[in-house]
Amino acid sequence: MLSLDRVSKSYKIGTFGGKDLLAVRDVSFDVMTGEVVSLIGESGSGKTTVGKMILKLIDISRGTITLDGEDISRVHGSGVKSYYRHVQGVFQDPFSSYNPIFKADRVFSLIRTEYYSGMPSSEWTGKLEAALRGVSLDPGQVLNKYPHQLSGGQLQRLLVARALLLDLKILVADEIISMLDASTRIDVLNLLADLKSRGMGILFITHDLSLGNYISEKTVILRRGAVVEMGATDKVFGHPSHPYTRLLVSSVPQLHKKWAQIEEELGAPVAGISGCPFHDMYPLAGRMPERPADEPTLVQLEDDHFVGCFELESEKVRQVA
Amino acid sequence: MSLQVSDLRVYYRTLAGDVKALDGATFAVADKEIMGLAGESGCGKSTLGNSLIRLDGRMKYVAGSVTLDGNELPIWDSKEMVQYRFWDVSEIPQYAMSAMNPTRKIGKMISELVQSRGKRYSEIKPELQHRIDLVGLQRDVLDRYPIELSGGMKQRMVMVISTLMDPALLIADEITSALDVSTQRAVAETLVSFRDHGFVRSMIVITHDVSILYQIADSILIMYAGKLAEKASTSVIIEKPLHPYTRMLVSSLPEVGVRYADKKLSGIPGSPPSLLNPPTGCRFRARCPLAFSKCREEPPFVEVERDHWVACWKATGTDA
Repeated sequence: MLSLDRVSKSYKIGTFGGKDLLAVRDVSFDVMTGEVVSLIGESGSGKTTVGKMILKLIDISRGTITLDGEDISRVHGSGVKSYYRHVQGVFQDPFSSYNPIFKADRVFSLIRTEYYSGMPSSEWTGKLEAALRGVSLDPGQVLNKYPHQLSGGQLQRLLVARALLLDLKILVADEIISMLDASTRIDVLNLLADLKSRGMGILFITHDLSLGNYISEKTVILRRGAVVEMGATDKVFGHPSHPYTRLLVSSVPQLHKKWAQIEEELGAPVAGISGCPFHDMYPLAGRMPERPADEPTLVQLEDDHFVGCFELESEKVRQVA
Repeated sequence: MSLQVSDLRVYYRTLAGDVKALDGATFAVADKEIMGLAGESGCGKSTLGNSLIRLDGRMKYVAGSVTLDGNELPIWDSKEMVQYRFWDVSEIPQYAMSAMNPTRKIGKMISELVQSRGKRYSEIKPELQHRIDLVGLQRDVLDRYPIELSGGMKQRMVMVISTLMDPALLIADEITSALDVSTQRAVAETLVSFRDHGFVRSMIVITHDVSILYQIADSILIMYAGKLAEKASTSVIIEKPLHPYTRMLVSSLPEVGVRYADKKLSGIPGSPPSLLNPPTGCRFRARCPLAFSKCREEPPFVEVERDHWVACWKATGTDA
């Protein structure tokens, strides 16, 4: 199980790194085994930064990420290799994930030299073919080919197969289908759901709400680096409570409902509210409460549904009092 | 009738031979119509859009005609087309983010643009400002450089510039794909308001996202492998499509409300054929679950009901 506890990341920006940009602030959520968590946010919301921190591609500024109780920032040296045995990532552009000079199946031989150098060839071939079949690819069709000879969907599935060769617990899937065609993206999505049922935990990073809604058990909505709403997917999409979530849900183009109709169903106005320094959609301007350093910003609305909005927070506090 | 395209064929010249990216397109776009053009990547939708405004060096005009309000557009002759571009036919390009000159302030760039077309900047400035208000931008964007604007703002600015001369036909190529959902909606609704205000007479909106088209388009044209597959009003394409490709495409789209646990969607197996040597007969045959012997012949693109065109033997009732 992967667990993020109040994770923040700040980047140095400006000349000589004089300024700090807080890209991710106080993000906490868990990814359990056999669960898909979708991390939804617009460009610049910090969703990819969260993924990179989990993959140890960048350092964590504050907070801790633990995998099965072990703090990943303490993993060094040879430990990193065994960490990657359990945690792998697949990224957006399948074409730039491969070296175009080498054949696409080089990604597999790299895994072999790193992790299975003692394995006999016959056993390796069997393992590789099983992994390829696991992502519904025909080994004869995809092995020994250059990246340009394969389609985007095939390349993306090869990368997932590569991750499957290892003893994987967590897969970070960062926008893996946004570059694919409508006719093939659903297959890759179903593949993720299939991996989930085999007990893998998947962090599905996307900006597309309908994809997140289709596949995930849990949804985390990020805005400017902070979680604005999270919880069980049907609750977050069924009763979006944060003004920003409402705006997102009402903007998703749907197939059988026009925008005006969705807005009507959601009720409350969704645009033109401003004032919250963290979220543009803060309902009441000028009433920002002080934010103590170690108080949780998310309040529980109902079972498995949390919202980070000061207005809703004070309402909840009032109800309790 | 605003735009009439008949049997248009445009190929790409490559060393290996001609890539038949657009192989016989016949359709019409009426006045005040927003026509959506959808299909997988490489199906020829951008080729169709580009060929109505500018053929680049690799593209070769082969046959067919394009008539706008009764005048035939000389699309094979890039120099002759100059008099139509921007005035009668305009385009919002696929990468509007980088469509503006980064070294000029936006106002200066527009002034140079209209001067090159023989108009004075002061003449069009009031209208320009009015339209900037309309798309929800500040008037001072004209004194800013493109880099100072966000993606959605740039996109809207390019939309204003493209439609400044009230073109009869506007081609919008994948203009919402790179945007966030909330901006995407604002841009899509701006397109509709441009039509409603009469800034643009007819529009072709090219996208791979059918759900956006459902929101804004009056009719949808589906392309497959360089051929037209189906054209009908938006509700017909979404609710009761006839072509198997359209059906599979529409049913493979995940929507808010559809969950994997309740309803497992499926994609279209296989991949589109190479257009270098396209297969004879129906090009969707290899992936089609309904294919039968007749599909070895090429199905014609015929009107089966009023305003509902389809190229499929099954749909036209030529079974057996």
